[in-house]
Amino acid sequence: MTTIKHHLTDDLIFAYSAGLLPEAVNLVVASHISMCDACRAAVEAHDAVGGSMIESADTVDVSDACLDGALAMIRGLEPIRAPQAVAKPRDARVPQPLRDYIGGSLDDVNWRPLGMGVKQAILPTSSDASARLLYIPAGTALPDHGHKGMELTLVLQGAFSDDDGYFARGDIEVADTHVDHTPVADISEDCICLAVTDAPLRFKGLIPRLAQPFFRI
Amino acid sequence: MFGSLEPLDTCDLRPVAPGSAAGHVSVKESKGKNGLNTANVSEQVDWVALLMRIRDHRDEQAFITVFRHFAPRLKSFLIRSGADDALAEECVQEVMTTVWQKAALFDPSRASVATWIFTIARNKRIDVLRRQKRPEPEDLPWGPEAEPAQEDVLGLQQETEHLSQALAALPEKQRDLIQKAYFGDMTHSDIAESTGLPLGTIKSRIRLALERLRHVMDRKDAR
Repeated sequence: MTTIKHHLTDDLIFAYSAGLLPEAVNLVVASHISMCDACRAAVEAHDAVGGSMIESADTVDVSDACLDGALAMIRGLEPIRAPQAVAKPRDARVPQPLRDYIGGSLDDVNWRPLGMGVKQAILPTSSDASARLLYIPAGTALPDHGHKGMELTLVLQGAFSDDDGYFARGDIEVADTHVDHTPVADISEDCICLAVTDAPLRFKGLIPRLAQPFFRI
Repeated sequence: MFGSLEPLDTCDLRPVAPGSAAGHVSVKESKGKNGLNTANVSEQVDWVALLMRIRDHRDEQAFITVFRHFAPRLKSFLIRSGADDALAEECVQEVMTTVWQKAALFDPSRASVATWIFTIARNKRIDVLRRQKRPEPEDLPWGPEAEPAQEDVLGLQQETEHLSQALAALPEKQRDLIQKAYFGDMTHSDIAESTGLPLGTIKSRIRLALERLRHVMDRKDAR
């Protein structure tokens, strides 16, 4: 918990709390928060702003039927108990929000090769942003690429380096339009990341660019 | 129709000081259509104690009190977010039944009741109005062993009140922007810059509460 060095930006935390982000971005933000109590505290502090907004909101009359219906419903509901402990996950590398998207374990992921041993798996989210898992063999470089939009990269296993620094498990890189980078996986271990973009990546080499529509990067 | 709140008997085992933050209503409190100003009444309501009564005793009267205060605010929130009257009431009903069902998950050392209800309503809005899943962070264990100290609960609730006062004191333009964002009235790209919210102290408090939870988890793991 204490080793995370690269965190969410304030505007992402604000937008996540306010509920303004696309599903794929919510996924990577929630996954990082599951691993990072500093960002969890920041989000919950922002949630308090939302609470304050609700408290000071105008009121609109609610029908009696609405309350009666709610009362009828709660009489048939069993309370949900708080978890007494976090269940031991099947694959400890996978934060809980991501588990729902990949079926529990990184070993079950249906990887598609991208060349040079790099593999990816696109996750099913709404189309306003896209999420994929990237598998980068130890010591391998991803093709140099820039972004039209924002790219968020959360490390699940291993580590990578680029112009912005060294990113290990739990670290999240928030790369904006201006960033051109060549992430290189650390030599010690194959690197697995959850990467989210709100616009297609632009690769610089000719071959990767031709391959881009095909691979849906 | 929900203008007045019944007087409460709050003989709960874990009382919170009267007038605690959760019930704070800013001076800008609007009046219901019946013209009754609810601000004075709700400032005396101990929302945390009511939630605990729902959790521990499945107290329907406590639920009704919470409903009468929050449902008209949630309805306005949902209408601002684009729901029509019928859909807004349907969502209000679902949010309030979730409050009932998940009362045991509410951690008063990390959130006020209004904050917690906001998060449920926000997720409902994304689910129903945007038809998207909302991935949520892993729930942290929370139960008898993790029961927070009374002073931590009180501290957080007071901190929430300070925050509400600070928000009420912001220039109107800035406050409107924040409200629009939280009411789903803008997109992420409309947020030009971070809004400079005064969140340092409440963040530190929540951080301490999280450390306490992690400590309980570690002790359990060590067994």
